[in-house]
Amino acid sequence: MQALEFKDVFFCYSEDAAFKIEHLNFSVEEGEFVAVLGHNGSGKSTLARLSNGLLEADAGEISVFGTLLGGKKLYEIRKQVGVVFQNPDNQTVASMVEDDVAFGAENVGLPRKEIGERIDFALKAVGMEEYRNATVSRLSGGQKQRVAIAGVLALKPKIMILDESTAMLDPRGRKEIIDVVQRLNREEKITVLLITHFPEEALLADRAVVMSQGKIVMEGKPSEIFERHEELLTYQLDLPRIGKICKKLQAGGMNVSDTLDEERLTEEIAQCVLRQSI
Amino acid sequence: MRITAEHLSYTYNAGSPFACAALKDVSLTIEEGEFFGMIGHTGSGKSTFVQHLNGLLRVPSSLKKYKKKKLKKGQTPPPETVLTVGEFDLTNKKTDFRALRKHVGMVFQYPEYQLFADTVEADVAFGLKNFSEKKPTDEEKKAAVKAALEIVGLSYEELKDKSPFELSGGQKRRVAIAGVIVTRPEVLVLDEPAAGLDPLGKKEVMELLHKLHREWCKTVVIVSHDMDEISENCTRAAVFSEGNVKYVLPPKELFSHSEELLALGLDIPLTARLSAALKKRGVELDCDFTVDSFVESVLRLNGGASAENEVAPEQTETAPEWKGGAE
Repeated sequence: MQALEFKDVFFCYSEDAAFKIEHLNFSVEEGEFVAVLGHNGSGKSTLARLSNGLLEADAGEISVFGTLLGGKKLYEIRKQVGVVFQNPDNQTVASMVEDDVAFGAENVGLPRKEIGERIDFALKAVGMEEYRNATVSRLSGGQKQRVAIAGVLALKPKIMILDESTAMLDPRGRKEIIDVVQRLNREEKITVLLITHFPEEALLADRAVVMSQGKIVMEGKPSEIFERHEELLTYQLDLPRIGKICKKLQAGGMNVSDTLDEERLTEEIAQCVLRQSI
Repeated sequence: MRITAEHLSYTYNAGSPFACAALKDVSLTIEEGEFFGMIGHTGSGKSTFVQHLNGLLRVPSSLKKYKKKKLKKGQTPPPETVLTVGEFDLTNKKTDFRALRKHVGMVFQYPEYQLFADTVEADVAFGLKNFSEKKPTDEEKKAAVKAALEIVGLSYEELKDKSPFELSGGQKRRVAIAGVIVTRPEVLVLDEPAAGLDPLGKKEVMELLHKLHREWCKTVVIVSHDMDEISENCTRAAVFSEGNVKYVLPPKELFSHSEELLALGLDIPLTARLSAALKKRGVELDCDFTVDSFVESVLRLNGGASAENEVAPEQTETAPEWKGGAE
């Protein structure tokens, strides 16, 4: 079953805007973990916002689990597609963690008892159950983002979209978020669309797509995509550092492959060098 | 302007139940001309330190209300706090903090969120108006704004009348930086200047900082979580942890302490990880942990025909050595 499907979608912000989405076809399988890459302004966030109806397509069809997005069903569908944005400070509405997580669930009018259960579930899933009564403003960035994820989880979404949710966090906070997302994907079978600039995060996905000027220009296994160096550069994406090192070693006449795996590169370098010294 | 701090401590909400010691007896010297890095976890005290540099946070003795406590018999006086930026003594009540702020430019995290004016020109000119001793004439203002926008790589003619909110993310950040450097500060402090940008934007911002360092501000201090950024760019870096400064070293030496850094829960650059892994396999590299130097030292060991064409080790670009620093 397709969790998310774009069929020949058109979109532009205004008539004379340079940025347009035209004939966009894209789909995500249920339970899949997809990373979306692209430079700033390539259309990644537009894709995220189209996916849960925050933006409406000008033409074409967007469907979530086979249901067409739009009209009366929009609110119903939105419950299934949770979005976590970039700035942790912009996404909290209440002063207490518990209230903040409950906000979405209260809005859709769930019975009180069920809201309580869902808060338990959501806070446990992101590892924040000890902070249930904490003040949101006193949490770290990574913790705030986990609360934001919990707020989305309380609605039991089937798809979760993270729109550069780790961009404002320090390395520790980033790891917290990615661990949570990976676990949700594996254990709760939530479909994940991860928009990111960090190659090491994209490498964890089942599949990666690269966007440029509103189009999907590359698609495949993340490790394979990062090996297509020249192509990435044309889309204004930088190679991961390890890729650059491989390229430079090759240019210097060394026999190493285009690997992104540190262990493998170490192995290859060691082999080359030690062979020389014999 | 040399920056010297000795025995600097700072506690947030002192005397309240939320009291939190952010700096504990920190001593650190940043020489004029450095491209200095600050590393450490969130909450390690690096931002607190940096905010002292232009008087956003004040040493208690520089405040009007400050009164020296009388010592009880037998009590030794606490070590005296020293904090100087060039000739500004930041522990003195009489210091002209406004003049100091003109000389120490501060770019916060996500500076583009602080843009506020109707036009790019007015936004960039704001700091100039505030910090000039006498009101600048329109011509002076225009010349200064133009120069500041041009050095950050933007066209004055094209952007001056635009709203800063119409610009792209990268452009906004440049305008915000222009608004800080327009007063020609000697020291430029930036809190995570490249955070939140796409890889290309990151690269551009770091290039811009080097350009500013060469042509505009003598000393640049950056706070960063990205160890690769530190290893590629900085002359020296200070490692903060729980309010203390653990190390102040050039990247080359700093990242040879990889294990200590990992024990502090910090990352190390990719090149340092690879070097450490190679060392375990009996391959010793001599590099300063920039990508270029790493590649070069590997190729040198790889030897063979290509080695003779390689750059001699003396000519490799290593960060200049700095003397002094914290204990």
